Amino acid sequence: MNGEEFVPLSLTPLLIGVFAAVACALPGNFLLLRKQALIGDAISHVVLPGIVVAFLLTGAITALPMMLGAAGAAIVAVVMIEAIRRLGKIEPGAAMGVVFTTMFAGGVLLLEQTDTSTVHLDVEHALYGNLESLIWLDATGWSSLWDIEALAGLPAELPRMLFALIGVALFIAVFWRALKISTFDEGFARTQGIRVEALGMALVITAAVAAVAAFDAVGSIIVIAMFICPPAAARMMTNTLEGQLGWSVLFAVTSAVMGYVLAGYGPLWLGAYDAVSAAGMIATVSGVILALAAKFGPCRSRTGAPAGA
Amino acid sequence: MLELASNLGQAPKAEDLSKSPLSIRGLTVSYGQKPAVFSVDMTVEAGKMTAIIGPNGAGKSTMLKAALGIVPPVSGQVQVFGRSLDEQRARIAYVPQRASVDWDFPTRVIDVVLMGLYRELGLMGRVRAKHRATAMDCLARVGMGDFADRQIGQLSGGQQQRVFLARSLAQGADLYLLDEPFAGVDAATEKAIISVLKSLREAGKTVVVVHHDLATVNDYFDNVFLINTRKVAEGPVAEAFTAETLQNAYGGRLATAQVDQLAKALA
Amino acid sequence: MLLDALLLQLGYNATLVAIGATLLGISAGVTGTFLFLRKRALVSDAVSHATLPGVCIAFLLMAAFGGDGRNLIGLLLGSAVSAGVGLWCLNWLTRNTRLAEDAAIGAVLSVFFGFGVVLLTVIQTLGVGRQAGLEGFLLGSTAGMLWADAMIIAGGGAATLVLIMLLRRPMTLVAFDPEYAAARGLNVSRIDMAMMGLVMAVTVVGLKIVGLILIVALLIIPAVTARFWTERSDRVVLLAGLAGGIAAYIGAAISASAPNVPTGPIIVLMAFALFALSLLFAPNRGVLAAVLRHLRFQRRVHLRQGLLALATGQPIYEKMTLRLLQKSGLMRADGVATEDGVARAAKALRDEKRWEIVRADQSHEAAAALYDGLRAIETVLTPDQITDIDARIGGPKGVAS
Repeated sequence: MNGEEFVPLSLTPLLIGVFAAVACALPGNFLLLRKQALIGDAISHVVLPGIVVAFLLTGAITALPMMLGAAGAAIVAVVMIEAIRRLGKIEPGAAMGVVFTTMFAGGVLLLEQTDTSTVHLDVEHALYGNLESLIWLDATGWSSLWDIEALAGLPAELPRMLFALIGVALFIAVFWRALKISTFDEGFARTQGIRVEALGMALVITAAVAAVAAFDAVGSIIVIAMFICPPAAARMMTNTLEGQLGWSVLFAVTSAVMGYVLAGYGPLWLGAYDAVSAAGMIATVSGVILALAAKFGPCRSRTGAPAGA
Repeated sequence: MLELASNLGQAPKAEDLSKSPLSIRGLTVSYGQKPAVFSVDMTVEAGKMTAIIGPNGAGKSTMLKAALGIVPPVSGQVQVFGRSLDEQRARIAYVPQRASVDWDFPTRVIDVVLMGLYRELGLMGRVRAKHRATAMDCLARVGMGDFADRQIGQLSGGQQQRVFLARSLAQGADLYLLDEPFAGVDAATEKAIISVLKSLREAGKTVVVVHHDLATVNDYFDNVFLINTRKVAEGPVAEAFTAETLQNAYGGRLATAQVDQLAKALA
Repeated sequence: MLLDALLLQLGYNATLVAIGATLLGISAGVTGTFLFLRKRALVSDAVSHATLPGVCIAFLLMAAFGGDGRNLIGLLLGSAVSAGVGLWCLNWLTRNTRLAEDAAIGAVLSVFFGFGVVLLTVIQTLGVGRQAGLEGFLLGSTAGMLWADAMIIAGGGAATLVLIMLLRRPMTLVAFDPEYAAARGLNVSRIDMAMMGLVMAVTVVGLKIVGLILIVALLIIPAVTARFWTERSDRVVLLAGLAGGIAAYIGAAISASAPNVPTGPIIVLMAFALFALSLLFAPNRGVLAAVLRHLRFQRRVHLRQGLLALATGQPIYEKMTLRLLQKSGLMRADGVATEDGVARAAKALRDEKRWEIVRADQSHEAAAALYDGLRAIETVLTPDQITDIDARIGGPKGVAS
């Protein structure tokens, strides 16, 4: 494939996919170790009602209100989960189940009651996005990367996802030590003056930012997969937190690239004509990576690690 | 009425409080509707080793955690070196129960010890050679110098406990609070830990230990604090750790034979 | 219109759907209770998402062999098979790797769902006629349902309920105390499997009504709702069935009578309404009751501590204690105890001393275990016993008690 075809049609969706995958995988590492992996699941479900409410309030599909609505919904969900867990003394899994299903149901109902026929907003889109459509029509080849005019025509999702990724990475970098201590030993972290609750909330909000930005481009299913699968696979590869983070980024990038390529070209190789869902394929690839790591990873088992490690 | 009052322990005078490394007043902590600790006063003597003793479920660990702000109290006040807890965080080192963390966490021994330097390193400070040297030194003091690069899940229970102790040493605190450090550890670890604690005392530090082994109280500690939901007794081992106070703290839960035996040992 | 729907007057299909939904709600509520008590509520989320690839593969297979890809029984069979595979993966991951169950749940649900989405797009692009309708499995759609399909759902709901009735005793035992159940000779892992089998059955039956994303709500919310009202597991089961049934019935009726109201979401919202009411107003575990109880409790602790401090002449630092003492007329604004306060303080101190004796005395072990600083000694000892203890205290006479 040459640049003339690759740059306009595949470069941007590929980059967006990679950015989204990494932005979700980074906070996913900590969610996994805090046994909060399913917070990602909950967040990605409640994004839908957030967006619908934002649409109802503004009457248009524009990026900023949608992002705010989704982020607001994520915060509402997390607060509700925490409230139900504490006030009702309900185990966290069940509290999560109550909240995200209800909010999702509310979102669907609102959507059905609203006339959204003029805008592109439906449940299917929310679930599996439309990565393939984020093409860069102004590009003519690799040289367009230096062409200001062409760059102006980049899909808005690309810079948005990049900013989200930078924000997430900054948060992890700044709070790395505090996150590590409070994830390992919460009581000790408290005695060190770390504000454990605030930090936990900040982590969830960071995850929500990643989820919301990614959601717009790639749908919620990929968000859940990227929160969990790359960190989980990375967990089987190493026994240091730094190593785990590195592996998870590698796995996230691999899933995004391979998933995108397989979705776009796999069917052609098999003799079919049309591409399949890239988001779905990325999630599938991440699952295959997880399966391989779970079967062959050097640090896959709970008790003891390999000799000499 | 005053006669009765004498049995409940005197309130320390105000000037004593300001010197005490840890003073607790009217502390009540409750899980649900049943207080685990009720209206407890405690004044820790500086430069001494104090054991907190009581039967299972008597609120020993709970009291410690509430004093450190790890669990919220229903009522009560805590002062550390005469100031509020938040002002004096840097002067306290806390060693939690071993079982309170996930030992499958992806980290190495040296990393855990370096966590003790959090307040010194701050959020973003780089770990430099001198920090590493401090951490290695602390590991060596607990006899774990050869294990620095091990994954923590590979350690035995006693070794894990020693790593926790090393982390608290790295903090360079003035007050050490340990929650059941001798629970389920091997004899070598117990010996290593007690010798480290004694060296801390020699250096003028204050050590408070939640302890469960009545037989070693006399050998290890200067002071005891007996608790069973309420404070039962507090003071030097010779005065406060008697057959009578033990009977008061343990009630029916300690076999009479055991009390007699201990009383003999004490005599 | 809504009334008609509630009274099953909206035609044959709507009635069948309402009955099917109610049966499903009851089955889901009951099955979900066992999951909830076993602390595995979200396993159902993985199971339900894992049905999607099966539905698609079944469709592709049936279409490939020239049949009608939309045959409901075939699709449901396919969904059951792939849910089973998902469940197996989940168990394998938690048993053989260091992953905790929550991570395994998330991994299975996202990967299976993602793969299902891939297959959905394959179906769309294959150009097979009449493929539309599979999306209905995501959120459920009962509009325009065939009579035969409604029959399958009603029948499936009834069959699941019968299975639950047969298995309820061993499942209760396992959910409550798996180790005791094992000691009693029950095969815990097999009963766990049966429990998961029921979850799968509920999911499969519910696919068409509430859809695979929301079926998990019917498995979780009624169980959590019921938990607020009782401490007994057999009653939780009954109440959860009731809550699930009511939510499903009302939801289905609203959906049938109003335009643009999909069945699944409205049933879930009904269930949540019941949950919210329970969370706030349940008599014992409800939030309102708990807040009131805690305030009362805090008052008792402060008052008692204040009285003891008064009795022993210790200074009181806590503002809340001072305020409560003054408000109860036990202390004057200048910090001096009133007459009443002196008497109450003496009584408190005397009780404390009595407790001290009780707790040091082996013959009072049972009573001593009840000590928590607040309990009145009269509630655990007879007046004779108290007199006996007072004799041992000696101490000041003439204090009114």
